[in-house]
Amino acid sequence: MSTYSTRSKTPALARSAGEKAAPASHSLSFPISVAKNASGALAGLAWTGFGLSCLLWQDLGDWSRTHEVAIASFVFAGSILTATLFGRFGGGLQSRAPWLLAFGLFLTIWEIATAKFAWLPLPFFPPPQAIVEVYTDDWPKLLASTVASVKLQLVGYALGAAIGFLTGVLIGWSRAVGYWVHPALRFIGPLPATAWLPFALFTFPSSWSASTFLIALATGFPVTVLTWSGVASVSNAYYDVARTLGAKPSFLVLKVAIPAALPHVFVGLFMGLGSSFAVLVVAEMMGVKAGLGWYLQWAQGWAAYANMYAALIVMSLLCSGAITLLFRTRDRLLVWQKGVVKW
Amino acid sequence: MVAVAIAETDRPAAVGASLNVEGVSHAFDIDGAALPVLNDVSFNVRPGEFVALLGPSGCGKSTLLRLVAGLEPPRLGALFEDGRPIKGPFPSRVVVFQDPTLFPWRTVWKNVALGLEAQGVLKSQRPRVDAALDLVGLSAFRNAYPHQLSGGMAQRVALARALVNNPRILILDEPLGKLDSLTRISMQAEIAALWQRSGFTTLMVTHDVEEAVFMANRVIVFSDRPARIKADMTVDRPFPRHRGDPKLAELRSNILGLLGLDANW
Repeated sequence: MSTYSTRSKTPALARSAGEKAAPASHSLSFPISVAKNASGALAGLAWTGFGLSCLLWQDLGDWSRTHEVAIASFVFAGSILTATLFGRFGGGLQSRAPWLLAFGLFLTIWEIATAKFAWLPLPFFPPPQAIVEVYTDDWPKLLASTVASVKLQLVGYALGAAIGFLTGVLIGWSRAVGYWVHPALRFIGPLPATAWLPFALFTFPSSWSASTFLIALATGFPVTVLTWSGVASVSNAYYDVARTLGAKPSFLVLKVAIPAALPHVFVGLFMGLGSSFAVLVVAEMMGVKAGLGWYLQWAQGWAAYANMYAALIVMSLLCSGAITLLFRTRDRLLVWQKGVVKW
Repeated sequence: MVAVAIAETDRPAAVGASLNVEGVSHAFDIDGAALPVLNDVSFNVRPGEFVALLGPSGCGKSTLLRLVAGLEPPRLGALFEDGRPIKGPFPSRVVVFQDPTLFPWRTVWKNVALGLEAQGVLKSQRPRVDAALDLVGLSAFRNAYPHQLSGGMAQRVALARALVNNPRILILDEPLGKLDSLTRISMQAEIAALWQRSGFTTLMVTHDVEEAVFMANRVIVFSDRPARIKADMTVDRPFPRHRGDPKLAELRSNILGLLGLDANW
């Protein structure tokens, strides 16, 4: 009986306390909460507007997904409005409300400017539903291209990063290696990797291995140079400390030089990632008959501009995702650093 | 001289090593010209002694410590630890530098464990790391990274990193030079107490005359570069010492006179 009564009391008490507290806190944060709710509500309205813009006028072209896009945007608008109304607009979503509003407005204007009134010249600027159509109807080809790109990029980048890292450590550590490798590095490195394309295409057994080589080259150069400078800039005091504590040369390399150089190495890996994306796309356009670069080329050849935009969006998500992954790895490995940039 | 007041017998006999510096001269190459820094320096340190090296800035004291540590070979002469020539660094002679030089990518615990790890004995000797951290009172910070520590704490970690190796000669290169004066005063007493308890031989370079006479039982004063020994004196006052001790004050003004600074005191 007693347990029952305490159980039933506690929520009741909590509830009444909550009810009492609610008006006070509401009046306190009134302008802020209204602003937040307003941006949520406006975002919902913007997406409703986008849905309406799809339906109010006739399409100027022949697009099959206009209705589906309209329905999807109504559903999305509904969920934003519901979330705002019931206060279930979590902190993350709430902070994104202005962005949702802007994006909804952008889509509405885009829809009207292309599909409905063709203020933008039509084949070159397809409406949103045309791009959605690519994803719903041409996804097998797009997916295959994405897989091909990811595979090529992964293999090339991993090879380039590994070789670049090893070379950088060796040049930074050994004078003899530096003597021989440094001039070669200065001669080959600054050359854009794409300049090797003709050479690579007839030297390597397949265009795939040629492209892997080029991506590895584009990655390897910045990784080598930055690893090298990282190892070379390690303070002698660290080596002195380790040596007086009984460290052997292998310990000095693995436990002193490399960890101390890691912040530089990550800068190299970041730069390498950027230049390897460029090489990936060029290699796919010129050599390998697969991948997103090739898909872009193909789409342009057939004047399928919607496909081109669809592939561009996928590519941008992939590149941004790769950089996010790299930065997450860095944050994990370099927790000891102060003030690292958040991506 | 007054009778030696330090109870030498209280300390374990085998811990500290003797150090012999015999006719050591050293020079640096700067732009092709040899810059002499040490000029025929000879002295002997008995096991368990605490010797402070004083001298004008840049006179070559720190270079002498590098030679004792085995980080560099001398141009002329030789150094001996317990009669064996010093040919390279060895963990029986560890250095605490003016900068703590903790490895920023390692936690406090892993910094202290550095020596044992480098010698390949960490797996079986982990409690020694905990004990060393206890000794300097930083057990609570075992998982902190160096950038989270104050200057005094970092220098304590550096001290623990040295002591965990059970050194026979502890080499202190201005270990308190960059600390604020309050931290410096408390750490002077701490290091002196540690030395008394453990009995290792200690060689300390300092710029602070008061610090030298407060901590050491022998002070060697060097001349300007290239450094020669100008004076070698015993500080025969019992521990724990008091900063107000008139004998220490007298000794301090003697030393300042040797350094040509008596007019400024």
